[in-house]
Amino acid sequence: MALQKSTEVNGGICDGTCAAANARTHAGVDAGTSPTGTAEKRIKALLTYPPGAVGKPITYSLVRQFDLWINILHAEIAADKAGRLIMDILGDASDIDRGLAFLEDEGIEYEILNGSALWDEDRCVHCGACTAVCPSHALTLDKNDWSLAFDREKCYLCRLCTRACPVGAMSTPI
Amino acid sequence: MGYKSFDEINEKIRSKKAVVVTAEEIIGIVDEVGVEGAFREVDVVTCGTFSPMCSSGAFLNFGHSDPPIRMSKVWLNDVPACAGLAAVDAYIGATELSESRGMEYGGAHVIEDLIAGKKVRLRATSYGTDCYPRRALEAWITADSINEAYMFNPRNCYQNYGAAANTSDRTIYTYMGTLLPKLGNVNYCTAGELSPLICDPFYRTIGLGSRIFLGGAQGYVAWQGTQNNPSQPRAENGVPIGGAACLALIGDLKQMDPRYIRAAVFEKYGVTMFVGVGTAIPLLDEEMVRHVAVRNRDVKTKIFDYSVARRSKPALAEVSYEELRSGSVQVGSRTIPTAPLSSLKMAREIAQKLKDWIVRGEFELQEPVASLPREGSPQALENYEGE
Repeated sequence: MALQKSTEVNGGICDGTCAAANARTHAGVDAGTSPTGTAEKRIKALLTYPPGAVGKPITYSLVRQFDLWINILHAEIAADKAGRLIMDILGDASDIDRGLAFLEDEGIEYEILNGSALWDEDRCVHCGACTAVCPSHALTLDKNDWSLAFDREKCYLCRLCTRACPVGAMSTPI
Repeated sequence: MGYKSFDEINEKIRSKKAVVVTAEEIIGIVDEVGVEGAFREVDVVTCGTFSPMCSSGAFLNFGHSDPPIRMSKVWLNDVPACAGLAAVDAYIGATELSESRGMEYGGAHVIEDLIAGKKVRLRATSYGTDCYPRRALEAWITADSINEAYMFNPRNCYQNYGAAANTSDRTIYTYMGTLLPKLGNVNYCTAGELSPLICDPFYRTIGLGSRIFLGGAQGYVAWQGTQNNPSQPRAENGVPIGGAACLALIGDLKQMDPRYIRAAVFEKYGVTMFVGVGTAIPLLDEEMVRHVAVRNRDVKTKIFDYSVARRSKPALAEVSYEELRSGSVQVGSRTIPTAPLSSLKMAREIAQKLKDWIVRGEFELQEPVASLPREGSPQALENYEGE
């Protein structure tokens, strides 16, 4: 499956473009449809790799051993340093729990992310620069009055907007 | 064919009888009553734009300390200003970066802070002279505590501009925003049919001395903009296809509103400044009605490949602003999402605000004291490594 193949990011720095690419691959996946059937769940998680753990094929294991659908939203990984990975995880609730337990065993800290990017409406000038990079289509321009619209439900905290916004109107709670 | 002069229109403005509409509203009026009808009914059309414009800055005069100093180096909130002028004059450029904070704070932020009434830390050094013995100075200033503070922007208000995309395999960070690899997006940056020089393509009503809306205050066109390029090829309607003429603008920073001047940081590019500009076009004759009623579908630009980091970038496609505004454009066989960097919402607000000023009799039109050149192209600069 193309989706699974695209999830491995080993070494180097992903500047988030993989999220854009993955989002398109992922677009056909309906959040309500589990690839395996029962008790389907979807979470966003921030994984922190200690130095030295970066070489482990963690994402591959989550996919192969626990049958999880992984969509990498943001990655900062270098072989000799601590790494951070934000991923969207889709699968059976029990498989997700087992996958998270596996991460702990591997010495990888994780944090379940709730919420969305923060939008400072007073600071926003409604230019639209963020809409160019938002892979989830959470940020769009209203075609009537051309003001920015932010659908917080769709946001998966990839943080691309925080870097693309020229006036510093987008930030994240993490 | 009738003709209305600047004087006749200003007389109507003074007696609050002028009919003023925006460059978007005139399109519907022309559709309804035709060019001749619109000429009879409407006197002035307002335009607006709110875009990042790097070639911006402000002249400041700080006043004299005692004993006085001939400032040779000046910093404002740690951002260097050009002090190679008289003793306490300086020019703060919008794109200059902070020496302590780098790309997160720059000259545009200093300007925005001054307009917002905030205190700014001034630091100056000097070699000392008999008439200016002081060698160092630190002080807090505000826009009101100093003598003059006027914005002077050498190149603003571009008449159309090329759109940007990236065919390479990596994300690139440019003054046209973040460009995703393999044609992931197309960014564009004008207000299209609402943009000042798109509505007056041959500069018949705008020239040196024209009164304008600049950053929420009344300002003026000071000169042609740097890299002025009125010889850019044009479409049949006269609108250049891509970047063409531009304007040097001047206005009193002390009168400005931070809503219409906004510091901006483009990731891995640097600091720039959103500048709100509005112009008022008198409908002198039916030809001007035709110009201001231009539609996005008839304003064309080219998409350039910014992954080619050269002076001339290859054009990938020619598109209209109607297509760019639709959310996606065709490049070859592919449909590419588009995004603006110029705020149309703010451009509309500026055109509306200028319209309100004119309707209330608070803003009269200034006939240009000299015309802008209608021909000319920028020259290239060749690197010379010899003696």
